[in-house]
Amino acid sequence: MSDPVTSSAAAISPETPPPPTAPRTAPGPDASDEHLSPLRELILSRIRGFLREPEALFWTFGFPIIMAIGLGLAFRDNPGERAVVGVERGSAAERWTAALRASPDVDVRVLDPAAAALALRKGTVGVLLAGTGRLVYRYDPARPESRLARLTADAVVQKAGGATRPVAAADDRSRRPGGRYIDWVIPGLIGLNLMSTGMWGIGFGIVQARQRKQLKRLVSTPMRKRDFMLAQVLARLVFIGLEVPPIVLFAWLAFGVHVAGSLPALSAVVVLGAMTFAGMGLLCAARARTMEGISGILNVVMLPMFVLSGVFFSAARYPDAVQPFIRALPLTALNDALRAVYNDGLPLSAAAVPLAILAAWGVASFAAALKAFRWQ
Amino acid sequence: MRTLQTPSPESPPAHGDAPAIRCRGLHKRFGDTVAVKSLDLEVRRGECFGLLGPNGAGKTTTIEVLEGLQERDGGELEVLGMRWDRDASAIRARLGVQLQESEFYDKSTVEEAVRMFRSFYPRGPRVDALIGFVQLDEKRRTQVKNLSGGQRQRLSVACALAGAPDVLFLDEPTTGLDPQSRRQLWDVCEAFRAGGGTILLTTHFMDEAEHLSDRIAILDRGEIIAQGTPAELIRALGGDHVVEFASTAQIEDDALSALPGVSRVGSRGESRLLTVAALHTAVPALLDLVAARGGDLTALSTHHATLDDVFLALTGRGLRDE
Repeated sequence: MSDPVTSSAAAISPETPPPPTAPRTAPGPDASDEHLSPLRELILSRIRGFLREPEALFWTFGFPIIMAIGLGLAFRDNPGERAVVGVERGSAAERWTAALRASPDVDVRVLDPAAAALALRKGTVGVLLAGTGRLVYRYDPARPESRLARLTADAVVQKAGGATRPVAAADDRSRRPGGRYIDWVIPGLIGLNLMSTGMWGIGFGIVQARQRKQLKRLVSTPMRKRDFMLAQVLARLVFIGLEVPPIVLFAWLAFGVHVAGSLPALSAVVVLGAMTFAGMGLLCAARARTMEGISGILNVVMLPMFVLSGVFFSAARYPDAVQPFIRALPLTALNDALRAVYNDGLPLSAAAVPLAILAAWGVASFAAALKAFRWQ
Repeated sequence: MRTLQTPSPESPPAHGDAPAIRCRGLHKRFGDTVAVKSLDLEVRRGECFGLLGPNGAGKTTTIEVLEGLQERDGGELEVLGMRWDRDASAIRARLGVQLQESEFYDKSTVEEAVRMFRSFYPRGPRVDALIGFVQLDEKRRTQVKNLSGGQRQRLSVACALAGAPDVLFLDEPTTGLDPQSRRQLWDVCEAFRAGGGTILLTTHFMDEAEHLSDRIAILDRGEIIAQGTPAELIRALGGDHVVEFASTAQIEDDALSALPGVSRVGSRGESRLLTVAALHTAVPALLDLVAARGGDLTALSTHHATLDDVFLALTGRGLRDE
């Protein structure tokens, strides 16, 4: 900024002009050194646009924390995770009730036949012990907790019946920090958040500016198109500075989730992820003219990653045949890299492949967006 | 580092003598609809040229083709002696564009908007000078959404002037503004002209075209149907005055044409319109004619001929008719 005193914006008279109709001359070019960087102004404009929309702020910062609270409560490590075992009243199973009650791993419910059938169907008991002559385990093998309850109940019953274990083994039940579900899911939530806020934010922002002819006005100036696109991506870096630390902090304070690796490494992954999804947001919004259009595109692009990319459960669960495809998705790559640093404490070099995949998506999207972009 | 160029008010010598805008046979279609039909236009340096026409005449399409915002389908076009296909960014640096619709983010302030537009140009006035020029000093920290329509249009002009342009394009700049706001905007335009700037303006207000423009092209259905200074266009009607009347008697056109000094006979709705050279001879003769036919006058008014009368004479429709 130049000193206003030395400026030579002299085309305008310094006196207050007499009311509205005084003829003046247009201000001419100014020789003073008022340098304004278009990139900086475009970034500032984008940031202001975001910070002055209270709703956008809420969804960006509130949503991941609400999600973390919800998941943290649902999957909290309640001591023991006891198997819920139903015993049908009047059946052959009733004689094992006392042994089951004595076991710390079992929560026993003695139920009338009708109530027992209902409880089994609703999943409030994992397994139902019934049978008239012989003991019968009724359960749905498709439910993991049912299979677990059956094994637990069977172990208790067999032991009470006098069975001895052919192989001697001891349990070591000490907790491994970083191995809980919540430890695993937090990096996934950060990845999900980087994807969705980046793509929704940029996608909607661009389409709105296109509808309001703001893009048309910009393109009628000598502004470089690249500067505009780059500003959208770089502004994201400011937002993630506000967006990600609260999640990390909250996860640590509320659930004791620690970052095993280094914070600079984590930041680097987050920055790359944010820029990649900003580029993808630009590409998705490159030609859309309506809010309905952009919503459809974003849903089609993001939904598969939401399901496949290992946000809430491991992507390794999908068949081997589709693994190469899943691994190539940008959100899978981001989540893998985040978990390598966050959970496993590995250096960036250990996540070179996912980071390269991520960067490739970002660069390709940005270049394609720059080519395909519709300015009006 | 930006290289600091010495600001020179003169255009580069190569294009120094070229007209601001010159086009020949300009053509633009949207699907099957022809929006602009073989348009010839020359806007000289330093003049204000008005494109006057009703809504849907093709004014916005024309101006957007000239601004390089829409591709033309045929014809030749030079802006400041340069061509869009070769020199797009050089042209853009020397044009100021104001669009018809909203152009700003609602929640940016006047100063932020002007500053951003100023940053796109290699040279131009200071941000505070631009804001002062359109008299928004007191509103510099006000967000766009809290500006009045007139203030918003002046902000738009300030942004269009951010690169100290040679040519300023204004598309319907005062539509929807109250009389005082229109006046203020006109003042800004005149001040820009006073500094040697060229303006190309579209409007459907004949008073605006008449007030601001040195020359006018009247546009109807994508074609220029008349071109000249406001005085020339009105003179072409053949008389300075227009008599508008309605009567209960049926009077054929020939009888009206035969009245002294009548150069044109037309009608608008129920009313008949006579273009006359002198009121003091034409009006008494008209009254006599009506009386002779045994009719009563139900309406009679006279006014100085305007561009609206020119448009009506050329198309049979008023500028403001749908």
